[in-house]
Amino acid sequence: MSSSTFGNDPWWIVLIKVVAIFAILVLLTLFTIWWERRVVARMQNRIGPNRVGPFGLLQSLMDGIKLALKEEIIPRTAHMAVYWIAPVISASMAFVAFAVIPLGPNVSMFGVETALQLTDFPVSVLYVIAIASIGIYGIVLAGWASGSTYPLLGGLRSSAQMISYEIAMSLSFVAVFLYAGSMSTSAIVAAQEPIWYCVILLPSFLIYATAMVGETNRAPFDLPEAEGELVGGFHTEYSSLKFALFFLAEYINMVTVSALATTLFLGGWRAPWPISIWEGANSGWWPILWFLVKVQLFIFAFIWLRGTLPRLRYDQFMKFGWKFLIPASIAWIVIVAVARVVRNEFAFNTQQLLFLAAGVLALILIIGWILSVRASRKAEDARIDEEERLGQPFDPFAGGFPVPPLPGQEFTYTSRRAAARTPDTEVTDA
Amino acid sequence: MEGSEVVVFWVCGTLAVIGAIGLIISRKAVHSALWVALTMINLAVLYIANSAPFLGMVQIIVYTGAVMMLFLFVLMVVGVDSSDSLVETLKGQRWAAIVLAFGFGILLVSGVANGLVEANSIGLDAANEADGGNVQGIARLLFTDYLLAFEATSALLITAALGAMVLAHRERWKRAATQRELSEARTRTGAGVVPLPNPGVYARHNAVDTPALLPDGSPTLLSVPEPVRGRGDARPMDHSGLAEVDDLFSGAPALPPTGRSLADDPRAES
Repeated sequence: MSSSTFGNDPWWIVLIKVVAIFAILVLLTLFTIWWERRVVARMQNRIGPNRVGPFGLLQSLMDGIKLALKEEIIPRTAHMAVYWIAPVISASMAFVAFAVIPLGPNVSMFGVETALQLTDFPVSVLYVIAIASIGIYGIVLAGWASGSTYPLLGGLRSSAQMISYEIAMSLSFVAVFLYAGSMSTSAIVAAQEPIWYCVILLPSFLIYATAMVGETNRAPFDLPEAEGELVGGFHTEYSSLKFALFFLAEYINMVTVSALATTLFLGGWRAPWPISIWEGANSGWWPILWFLVKVQLFIFAFIWLRGTLPRLRYDQFMKFGWKFLIPASIAWIVIVAVARVVRNEFAFNTQQLLFLAAGVLALILIIGWILSVRASRKAEDARIDEEERLGQPFDPFAGGFPVPPLPGQEFTYTSRRAAARTPDTEVTDA
Repeated sequence: MEGSEVVVFWVCGTLAVIGAIGLIISRKAVHSALWVALTMINLAVLYIANSAPFLGMVQIIVYTGAVMMLFLFVLMVVGVDSSDSLVETLKGQRWAAIVLAFGFGILLVSGVANGLVEANSIGLDAANEADGGNVQGIARLLFTDYLLAFEATSALLITAALGAMVLAHRERWKRAATQRELSEARTRTGAGVVPLPNPGVYARHNAVDTPALLPDGSPTLLSVPEPVRGRGDARPMDHSGLAEVDDLFSGAPALPPTGRSLADDPRAES
């Protein structure tokens, strides 16, 4: 391992970190469910859960206990082994992904100097993507193993969605890698020392923020759980503790993508500007607080979206992912890479760079304008063609070959077939 | 090998071999795909244990996350219960497979033997440190020594992807109607402006084959899904239920229509 800080912890420190991450994730899940219900309730002029515990904080704990103790119903057509293993894959992968998220700088834990991060290695951001792609197996297998139609459709839909948005998500990381010069999470946090990447790499940040909503199947991209179309999607046939595992996985995934967004774009555990003036803000145990506040900001955005936006239609959603997000992120990567090369290879000063950028922008605008004029002319031509065709009768043997009607033409029987269909011939045939 | 590496090797190696055997002996295609996924993940762990973290991650992202997932997609769409048929469809396929497997075995053994005897091993850490890290090392090899092979492979892959798109492409004769146009057409014809009614969700039945009731108590077959109607499976309306409700409201004692004994009926006690 190249990061010398990691891999040298004594086993009991690793154990403490593992248990702490598990506890943080479970507590954050319970908190997020309550927080979501309260915020959505407020947005809809309701009160939300306020009975169990102070401000209703223990409501999700009670719901969790109730859910786990419910009767379990397993369809007769289920493929048992796969049906059992699917929620386990989903939930365990959700926990495992958090191992590389840095929660804070080096601290002294019982006399041992250690980083507030379970582990880190040169490709730890790729590790998060890899774990997420294994987590999708849980959803696909749940849909397949239920032996039922709605879960199968829901499973296919959510995995198609997660794979599509994973591409846009991974592409949005590339610019961060280029700027940080590393794929390790702690190095990326360290590289954001003067300025956060959400400022200098704003397009990447926006693409990631959109893709992470699609990746976690949340509104307005919650098509796998479109209850009007698919009942519950992949988890329709799951109940009791197995359903609870999927539920847990969904909320932990929300926390994980928010934590990753914080790490890659919001400076990780670094204190935001007014607080960062204070000397001790970026050392000791305080950074955990900044980190959690930033993660909660993202989670609030998730809830806000859910309270505000209607669900997209499936084809609109896929079109948005493949025809807008992915090309936009590729274009942005090219721009960032060119900018890096220009800065590294030629000694331009800032003013020259700005002129260059303006020139490139003007060129892009001119080319775009020419293309759009040509496209609109082409569309107009096509429209005129179609209108001409509307006026012409359908010729079934145009050019000497039997052809189908063109757009706008009505299909009519030829004289031969029309003759064959008269009652006289039918009688003689019989 | 160090102690921990030996443990990782034996655990992941065993699991990888189990996955490979499972692939061959599974009857269901989906189970085979899952066994392959297990093998791939364990190979990735072995790569990581051998100081190739980038390769390990890419193995999981590309092969487990994308390639195997597409296989699973196809298998699931093809049929939930499709099993392997053991009929040989290509003539001489088994013999060709045996010959190829034998050749591959020779290649593998000679490759490993060459590595063990001939190659001058400098150690994994030294190999990685030569370029300042595992990622940098792979990047340098891909973009210098193996650039041509890398580009040729990528051209091949893009050609294959384009070919798949061309084969799956369907020419549209007419532009698909947008949601707005469909809605306008529905409103203009007056047919189906609102969604169809749900099947019966009243006290006795909530099955899809039970028609919903209109306000006058008559059933509407529109609420029963088309396939059910087509098979002639729509359930006839149970008029005795309506009569029972009427009786209850008029204060008369209702008799259970099934002829069940009154002793079981909780209402009989009052």
